[in-house]
Amino acid sequence: MLQAIILIVTQTAILLAVSPLLVGLIRKVKARFQLRRGAPVLQPYADLAKLFRKQPVISTTTSWIFIATPYIVFASTLTAGLLVPTFTSQTPMSFAGNIIALVYLFALGTFFLILAGLDAGSAFGGMGSSREAIVASLTEPAMMLSIFAIALTAGSTNLSTVVHKTALLEGIVTDPSPHLMAFAALFIVALAETGRVPVDNPATHLELTMIHEGMVLEYSGRYLALIEWAAGLKLTVFLSLIANVFAPWGIATTVAPAAMGIGLAVYVVKIAVLAVSIGVIECMFAKLRLFRVTDLLGVAFILALLGLLFFYILRS
Amino acid sequence: MSNLLFLLLAGYLSGLFFPCCFPNRPRIQNLLAHGFAGLASGAGIVLGTTGLLSPEAWTVSAQTTVPFLSFAIRLDSLASFFVLTISLAGLATSVFAMGYVTKFYGRVSLGALGSLFNGFLLSMTLVILADNGFFFLIVWELMSLLSYFLVVTEHEKADVRYAGLFYFIMTHIGTAFIIVTFLVFFQAGGSFAFEAFRHPEHPLPEGMRTLAFLMALIGFGTKAGIVPLHVWLPYAHPAAPSHISALMSGVMIKTAVYALMRIYFDFLGGQFPWWWGFIILVIGAASALLGVMYALMEHDLKSLLAYHSVENIGIILLGIGAGMIFQSYGLTELAALALLAGLYHTINHAMFKALLFLGAGSLLYATHTRNMEEYGGLLRRMPWTGAFFLIGAVSISALPPTNGFVSEWLVFQSLFLSFHIPDIFLKLMLPLAAAVLALTGALALACFAKAFGISFLALPRSTHARHAEEVPVSMRMGMTVLAVICAALGLGPIVVVPLLDRVVAPLAGVAIEGKVLAMDGWALAPVNVEFSSLSTPVLALLLVVLTMLGLGCAVAFGGRVNTRRYKTWGCGINLTPRMEYTATGFVQPIKRVFSALYQPTVKLETEFLKESRYFAKRRHFEFHIEPIFQKYLYDPLITFFTTMADRLKVIQAGSLHLYLTYIFVTLIALLLLAV
Repeated sequence: MLQAIILIVTQTAILLAVSPLLVGLIRKVKARFQLRRGAPVLQPYADLAKLFRKQPVISTTTSWIFIATPYIVFASTLTAGLLVPTFTSQTPMSFAGNIIALVYLFALGTFFLILAGLDAGSAFGGMGSSREAIVASLTEPAMMLSIFAIALTAGSTNLSTVVHKTALLEGIVTDPSPHLMAFAALFIVALAETGRVPVDNPATHLELTMIHEGMVLEYSGRYLALIEWAAGLKLTVFLSLIANVFAPWGIATTVAPAAMGIGLAVYVVKIAVLAVSIGVIECMFAKLRLFRVTDLLGVAFILALLGLLFFYILRS
Repeated sequence: MSNLLFLLLAGYLSGLFFPCCFPNRPRIQNLLAHGFAGLASGAGIVLGTTGLLSPEAWTVSAQTTVPFLSFAIRLDSLASFFVLTISLAGLATSVFAMGYVTKFYGRVSLGALGSLFNGFLLSMTLVILADNGFFFLIVWELMSLLSYFLVVTEHEKADVRYAGLFYFIMTHIGTAFIIVTFLVFFQAGGSFAFEAFRHPEHPLPEGMRTLAFLMALIGFGTKAGIVPLHVWLPYAHPAAPSHISALMSGVMIKTAVYALMRIYFDFLGGQFPWWWGFIILVIGAASALLGVMYALMEHDLKSLLAYHSVENIGIILLGIGAGMIFQSYGLTELAALALLAGLYHTINHAMFKALLFLGAGSLLYATHTRNMEEYGGLLRRMPWTGAFFLIGAVSISALPPTNGFVSEWLVFQSLFLSFHIPDIFLKLMLPLAAAVLALTGALALACFAKAFGISFLALPRSTHARHAEEVPVSMRMGMTVLAVICAALGLGPIVVVPLLDRVVAPLAGVAIEGKVLAMDGWALAPVNVEFSSLSTPVLALLLVVLTMLGLGCAVAFGGRVNTRRYKTWGCGINLTPRMEYTATGFVQPIKRVFSALYQPTVKLETEFLKESRYFAKRRHFEFHIEPIFQKYLYDPLITFFTTMADRLKVIQAGSLHLYLTYIFVTLIALLLLAV
């Protein structure tokens, strides 16, 4: 019990601590690609600290939904983070929900963000909410099928079990093609869900293009800090998920302190590599028009379906 | 048991009779009708619970002089579950109605409305309890007729009359198919008693079983509102007074689910080929997806909710269909799991849909309109109604840790476990159904974000909304009951799953309680904790604790900061409701992405100023979506029947002699045939 509580607290602390770092890292990579020096990697920490101290301005048209949303988004994203293995495959909270619960915990945050976008009454917020609704709807089927393809290869939908089995190469189908297809699908889904280029651009406040930033346009002060932190957390959770499900090597499979230490170091390296690759992708691609996003998500869906098909064909 | 049943019957019958004794005294009529209904449904709750807990089925019957008819009642675990569901919704709506019907004082006879309400609840309960085919048909027809009368309560409106007529015709087509189903069983068993249906003298041949399957599917499917038989539902359910809509959408369509389960798993003994289950699965997926797609385009709040009933019936059928497929391959444990998921969603949907309809009724009561584009800013004016509607919206969108999430999660699990089926086609189809369910869930989320966001948030969009006030206490009480039940169903699978297992075990032939619950019941884990697990109480606890952490972070890093309140930036001018996103605008991207289905037609007329074409004086915007099923399925059918009727008019010349000749010729023909 005590061990479980320590693990929960450690995981929460790691997620909270790492997420601004990833955001800073991606920004740095993008800056270097654009031949700028860019802000220091640790800048997001300073931003958060500053935002927390700023006086928030709340619109007079809003209701309690607007104030509650940052807390709900923060809590639901962090809860989702506790279901995903990070540095150890012995995730203490994995019994509380499997990968479907993870998807729907993110949906809980999205639901309240959409409401908050509508609450202030400005057209920008409504625009962001409306676009978020369609993007979130279209990612879901691809996400579900890719998850299922992974679940099949490991014989489980519990993330902890999937990662543990993959790390120890227990009961894994040797042919990697279903895994690769599912990986590609889930990577596209992750880009869409976390609002990255080519689906959304987190660095813009242009009404023609913004989705996530449109919804949270009216936020300021501590509420904005929580929303930004939660956005970073969501990115971290998705990267942890992808890193550990598809490349679990190095993760601690026992509770020995040495294994834990190595696991932590490997984990940080893995998600840093993924973050850098996201930065590279953001520099190489332009943002897609909103109605071309459907094609991209369609590709993700087909990839996941092919992964499933390949799995059954290879098995039989 | 018999005392409870007596109390239930006496309560509903008193509620049916006494309001009529006080004509033109609406206050007394209201109190009597809904008081007795509340009492009777309270008895129903106890009856259902007792029935669920008792191991044996309880029967009672009264013979009549009419051949084949006996008033036989049988309360087994399946019936108890549905009686419980109906009575819970009945209790909440009775309490709600006490306040709600005050708006009908002086316009509609409260005696009629109250009596019909009681009669409707009674007939639904008897449909579940009936143990004789003849008796079942009588109460089924009674239920349809009474609900028809309730739908046309406000018959002075033309669209209500149209909705009523549409419902009346569709429900009778359905009844015709149900009669055929029962005749198939009757022909084999020689009796209308359900016991004879279960164990007929001559076992039904394969063809007859298939006939019974299809006829029951069409007949009960019409009532359940499966695609493509759903067309009447979005007209009829919203036309009725809101507490009746809650009952129709929440529980009446569930009587059809009950009947389907009764016939497939009880009468036909759970013996069927895999394609039966596959048909149910496909219909379920189609209903779920199309239901939510059409709901998205609705801006009439009650029609939106009615379309969501089509969606949720689809989700229930996904569970039942998967269960039938598993059953046909002898995977009884998985079949039990899928059926359990379907039944869990049945009671969940009954509760949150009733809650949402009562919420919509409260909005109608406060604003006198059902059009969402005229709402706005209501959360600040009606905080209680808003909170209840939010609970309903979160539940129906299947967000953790609510009850809707638990049952959809179970449906997902049963679809994912399809890799145990030894057929590669089905192995692929069930995960595809899961993908459809994922899309449905996400679209439902979008739809309820729209419904809640446009109705309750931002600035009021009309004078009605600006002057809205919170509804009376009794209406809030009715919604409280349902909101509490929703929360309990979400957090308490530890209690619900063992109860549902009692319902499912006789149908699938195996009890799976031990395989679904793990960690002393605190987690759901089909089939084992290694494969998948979910614990909503723990998730809820985590959410609360981490919200506290968020608050803690805000205080620790920011200290005490005074919040400033200021108006929203309106690009330099004051913000007005006309700048807000509308419901139509909100779903525009979805409409465009799925334009192949919607086939939208947009009409935009602009009137320019004389001086310059750069300045518009007035703009008129209209958009319609093509009702595909009506256009390509129902309209041709209607045309066919009317032309046939026109042709047949020739032989109906109106001459008595001619008709006598027809009778004579028929008689001769029949006599010749007999020889």
